[in-house]
Amino acid sequence: MSNNLRIGFRFLTAKKRAMLMSLACTILGVGLFVVTQATTSGFKVVFLRTLLGTNGAIRVEDRIQDTMRSMSAPGGSDFQILQKEGVQYIEGVEEPRRVIAAVREFTNVRGASAVLHGNVQLTSSFRSTDAQAYGVQIEDHLQVSDLAQQIAAGNLDNFRRSPSDVIVGRVIADRLQLAINDWFTVTARGESRRYRVAAVFETGVRDIDRARLYVDLSEARSLLKRPSGASFIQVSLFDPNQAPADALRMTEVLSHSVTPWQKREEVWLGVFDALQISSGITVTVFTLIASLAMFNTLAMIVIEKTKDIAILRSMGYERRDITQIFLWQAGIVLGIGSALGALFGAAVTFAVSQLPLSITGIFTTSTFQVAWDPMHYFEAVATAVVMVMVASIIPARRAARLEPGDIVRGTAQ
Amino acid sequence: MSQTRPQSALANRGDVVLRCTGLHRYLGEGEGRVHVLRGVSFEGERGKVCAIVGPSGCGKSTLLYLMGLLDRPDDGQIELNGQTVSNHDDVARTAARGAHIGFVFQFHFLMLEFTALENVLMPMRKLAKLQPAEMEARAHALLGSVGLGAKTHRLGTQLSGGEQQRVAIARALANEPALILADEPTGNLDVKNSAMVFDLLTQLAKENNQAVVLVTHNPEIAQRCDLTRPMRDGVFV
Ligand SMILES: Nc1ncnc2c1ncn2[C@@H]1O[C@H](COP(=O)(O)OP(=O)(O)OP(=O)(O)O)[C@@H](O)[C@H]1O
Ligand SMILES: [Mg+2]
Repeated sequence: MSNNLRIGFRFLTAKKRAMLMSLACTILGVGLFVVTQATTSGFKVVFLRTLLGTNGAIRVEDRIQDTMRSMSAPGGSDFQILQKEGVQYIEGVEEPRRVIAAVREFTNVRGASAVLHGNVQLTSSFRSTDAQAYGVQIEDHLQVSDLAQQIAAGNLDNFRRSPSDVIVGRVIADRLQLAINDWFTVTARGESRRYRVAAVFETGVRDIDRARLYVDLSEARSLLKRPSGASFIQVSLFDPNQAPADALRMTEVLSHSVTPWQKREEVWLGVFDALQISSGITVTVFTLIASLAMFNTLAMIVIEKTKDIAILRSMGYERRDITQIFLWQAGIVLGIGSALGALFGAAVTFAVSQLPLSITGIFTTSTFQVAWDPMHYFEAVATAVVMVMVASIIPARRAARLEPGDIVRGTAQ
Repeated sequence: MSQTRPQSALANRGDVVLRCTGLHRYLGEGEGRVHVLRGVSFEGERGKVCAIVGPSGCGKSTLLYLMGLLDRPDDGQIELNGQTVSNHDDVARTAARGAHIGFVFQFHFLMLEFTALENVLMPMRKLAKLQPAEMEARAHALLGSVGLGAKTHRLGTQLSGGEQQRVAIARALANEPALILADEPTGNLDVKNSAMVFDLLTQLAKENNQAVVLVTHNPEIAQRCDLTRPMRDGVFV
């Protein structure tokens, strides 16, 4: 054990009560920081899993058309300016087969599914509601979504048995009071057709569950009167974190507008980030108290131990040694506080993850969600180290600046 | 303890370890500023015990702090082992203190949260010249020689004033300093212990060729020293 550490430890334990305050706050600060980060990112992970499982990682839509437009210069001269006028979009994917083939060339792509969607009205014997019909080739779509896991009633085999079988969202089924194998009417472009409920899906995202029904792609073409093309191509990736880079390259290669999920869900991601940061800042108050308590403890020890400081200096201990002796004391509190704080944080995180909590709306969960991420522990400890150390430098340096001559004269007189 | 260091054996008696010339020291601020030392010159020789005597408040402790490099003179020079150290920076003066000077304070002696043994180990650990086992052995031997062999593991708080003072003396000797400065080392001791501490210091001066400078109010002790320097109002008389 380093000699200065040994001296620091002895100084510190002589002021146990003051030190315990700082230690307790360090433990709370580190622990609660971990808990807030674990829960906020836990919910974020579930939310993203839901959205990736429903809408995929990347969406290829609207073909890009570069246009050159000519414009007359002002003043009536016949001088003309050729201007490249940004990008113009042509709605939808005109040749889904070709685009899917090109998309599949990307190594990170797991699957691609053409989707044709359009507004429809659903009518049961009870009431009617507006919805969006999603025409999909079910085998393709299962590759780019968690639809199979989202089936809440009925099954996919029902869907496969005939073009009249459709999958409706949970909220639609409730609102129209539809059970499996019930028939209902879908009206699109002035024409009505009868369909049967093959299955009910639930994503937990209310906006989707109340407005979407899945129809076989060829049936959707005839229903929506779109014999060719697709509204968009939904793409799933092996590594969703690569989505922005892949999307950028796809835009170039495919000449279509390509949106990664990070861009699509920007608003929600922002909300979760803000939550994570604000809850982190809130619990940093404990770390702040820990650093103030540490400052106070060390300032007290400096005053009480001035004579010891003079003795140490008379024996050849340098100013640097005195600074170290006091910083070690902060180090001891930080070491113990961080270790216990991390354990405390892990324990509370585990306890919280066992709490029942029913959320639906933006995602569905029945328990508190937590994420286990070493980064949270690192961030918590780093925050504590920085704050407590900064607070400790001042008394440590004051101790080091003391002149042994001044101290001993104060004692001697 | 009683082994002789090679360089000490070669050194001549009369070697000057410490030389102070024309030291002036003012203390206090503004109106209360006092001219405490008024041109003090002094030489500390190896193998000699020198006593500084004088009435209370004449500046003995102030002079000793200057000699011990704990304080800086306002004027004058201090040479240690032939090197002028009074104008050195803090790091160099601190290093010189650790390696060459053993100091016994007049009042506050020990670091009270530490045992007698740890107090004696403190300067050795900083100098780090010996192995840990050697340091311990030496600390035990030193405490034995001041009559505290049985109380090495007592905390400072569990020792009497006189015992603390003896531990402080053992600690001042720990790094075998060339110069031992002691401010009333026998002030708190009974006759028997005073004699013991004084005999120890004299013996060291003779055997290890160390220079001992002590402040004392005890005429018997002063009389037994090799040299007595009476002081009055900031000057030697
Ligand atoms: N901070 C200070 N400000 C002003 N005067 C001071 C200060 N410290 C000490 N003095 C004065 O300096 C003088 C010398 O003090 P010093 O401690 O050296 O005396 P001393 O000879 O050791 O006395 P004693 O035998 O009582 O220990 C005293 O007159 C004291 O009043
Ligand atoms: Mg004095």
